[in-house]
Amino acid sequence: MKRFDLRNAEEFFFKSLMLTTTVLVACCALFIVGVITQKGLSSLSFEMLTQTPKGGFYLGKEGGILNAIVGSLLLAGGATAIALSISIPIAIYLNVYTKKNSWLAHLTRTSLDVMCGIPSIVYGAFGFTLMLTLGLRTSLLAGMITVACLILPILCRGIDESLRMTPKEMIHASYSLGATRSETALKVVLRQGFPGLLSAVLMAFGRGIGDSASVLFTAGFSDAVPTSLSQPVATLPLAIFFQLGTPFPEVRSRAYASAFVLTVMILFISLLARLLVRKLHRHVIK
Amino acid sequence: MQPPKPESRTHIQTKNLSVYYKNTLALNNISVEIPDRAITAIIGPSGCGKSTLLRSFNRMIDTFDETTVRGSVLVDGEDIFSSKVDVTRIRKKMGLLSQRPSPLPMSIFENVAYGPKIHGMRNRQQLEVLVQKNLQIAGLWDEVKDRLNESAASLSIGQQQRLCLARGLAVEPEIILADEPTSALDPISTRHIEGKLHELKDRYTIVIVTHLLRQARRLADYVVFMYLGELIECGPAAQVFEHPKEQRTQDHIKGVIS
Repeated sequence: MKRFDLRNAEEFFFKSLMLTTTVLVACCALFIVGVITQKGLSSLSFEMLTQTPKGGFYLGKEGGILNAIVGSLLLAGGATAIALSISIPIAIYLNVYTKKNSWLAHLTRTSLDVMCGIPSIVYGAFGFTLMLTLGLRTSLLAGMITVACLILPILCRGIDESLRMTPKEMIHASYSLGATRSETALKVVLRQGFPGLLSAVLMAFGRGIGDSASVLFTAGFSDAVPTSLSQPVATLPLAIFFQLGTPFPEVRSRAYASAFVLTVMILFISLLARLLVRKLHRHVIK
Repeated sequence: MQPPKPESRTHIQTKNLSVYYKNTLALNNISVEIPDRAITAIIGPSGCGKSTLLRSFNRMIDTFDETTVRGSVLVDGEDIFSSKVDVTRIRKKMGLLSQRPSPLPMSIFENVAYGPKIHGMRNRQQLEVLVQKNLQIAGLWDEVKDRLNESAASLSIGQQQRLCLARGLAVEPEIILADEPTSALDPISTRHIEGKLHELKDRYTIVIVTHLLRQARRLADYVVFMYLGELIECGPAAQVFEHPKEQRTQDHIKGVIS
């Protein structure tokens, strides 16, 4: 009888431990959103979302963060496009063309995993060196390339994992109809893995739009919305950083409002990802 | 066009075929002839190499890692393992039904149209005719004609297997290879598939791998009995089942070994 009680107590202990940690994580997220909402919402205005900074914006004068919103979207969008055009061929090669125990596939996956762990400031430094070598100045293009390097491993491994789930029988079915490997890859494997691919893309985009260290030296900052790839570009994380660094309370409050905008954008992206994944699941064979 | 000959000709022939997975011998020196336009059942206990033999016929064996193939497989007299052969052309000649149906991640219509599209058919009307024809042959048309654009995943498993049959037939093969095609199906779906294979044998060479002796008895015109990677006995079904020459065949049929 005693042993039974002990087992019950153990069960209760682990259950409460798991519940506590789960609730803790949810609380952290809510707390962060709560703080930026509380501190920033008062400064959030239509003007702030639709205007570029006027002179003295960082001293508390008029203007908005449109330059950073547009800049961030352009930068993360471009970076995702670059990273995607590199990732898809890699993921297809790894999953359709290499053998199961290929050393090249193993090496590639290990390298990507290592790259996932490199801090973004290192990518920033790397991007900066690359920029100097290529003769680029701080610009949208340099920022895109650097952020593309940063999100490439995340994107590539994400797509790789989703394509890896394709059942072997499905691939064989396609071959048995006389399809070549490339036809099978493009028409069957990519299609089966498409929801996973899309969520990897949106996750990478979210990572790219939120990163500040990699764009600090490479994209620079500008009060204007860029009109070409060679112009420097503002980003939301840096806009937050600069505004938060001022001694003026109203500007700091705007920093929180900017953080709020960025968080809502990222939230929107992840909700969109979930929605699309659910919708696109229709043809996926379980 | 040649008039159909009364005696059947050999459609697939293996000569001293041996297959290794890594260092394991899966097929040992198999020489067998598969007749045209009849159902040949490959029977034998699990792990005897039935599926490996089937995979060699359409070179799906290539897609498995670290396999070695010795000897030759002739389809219509052509050595399909020759380096000059275009493997997609060989596979197009054969429809494959696997143990579990594996529909492609697309609509019912697209599943059947996939093969013809790959082989160059672009005309939508032609495709529609072809899809309908093959779904009818597979006995699925009436059940799906109103929902061709729905995902193939929405079909029951028995319907999926018939969809796979239609998909295989749509590339106009000469041979149907079936690897225990009913092992995942319920009795009614099984009867459906068996009925279809029976109907199709006048037009196609059918090779079915099965571990169910009763299924082989119901369907087969010819029987190939394999045991531990070796060909023990082959011949017309009646002869193999009623008057087996080999002791091991007798034992298997009686259920002494399985």
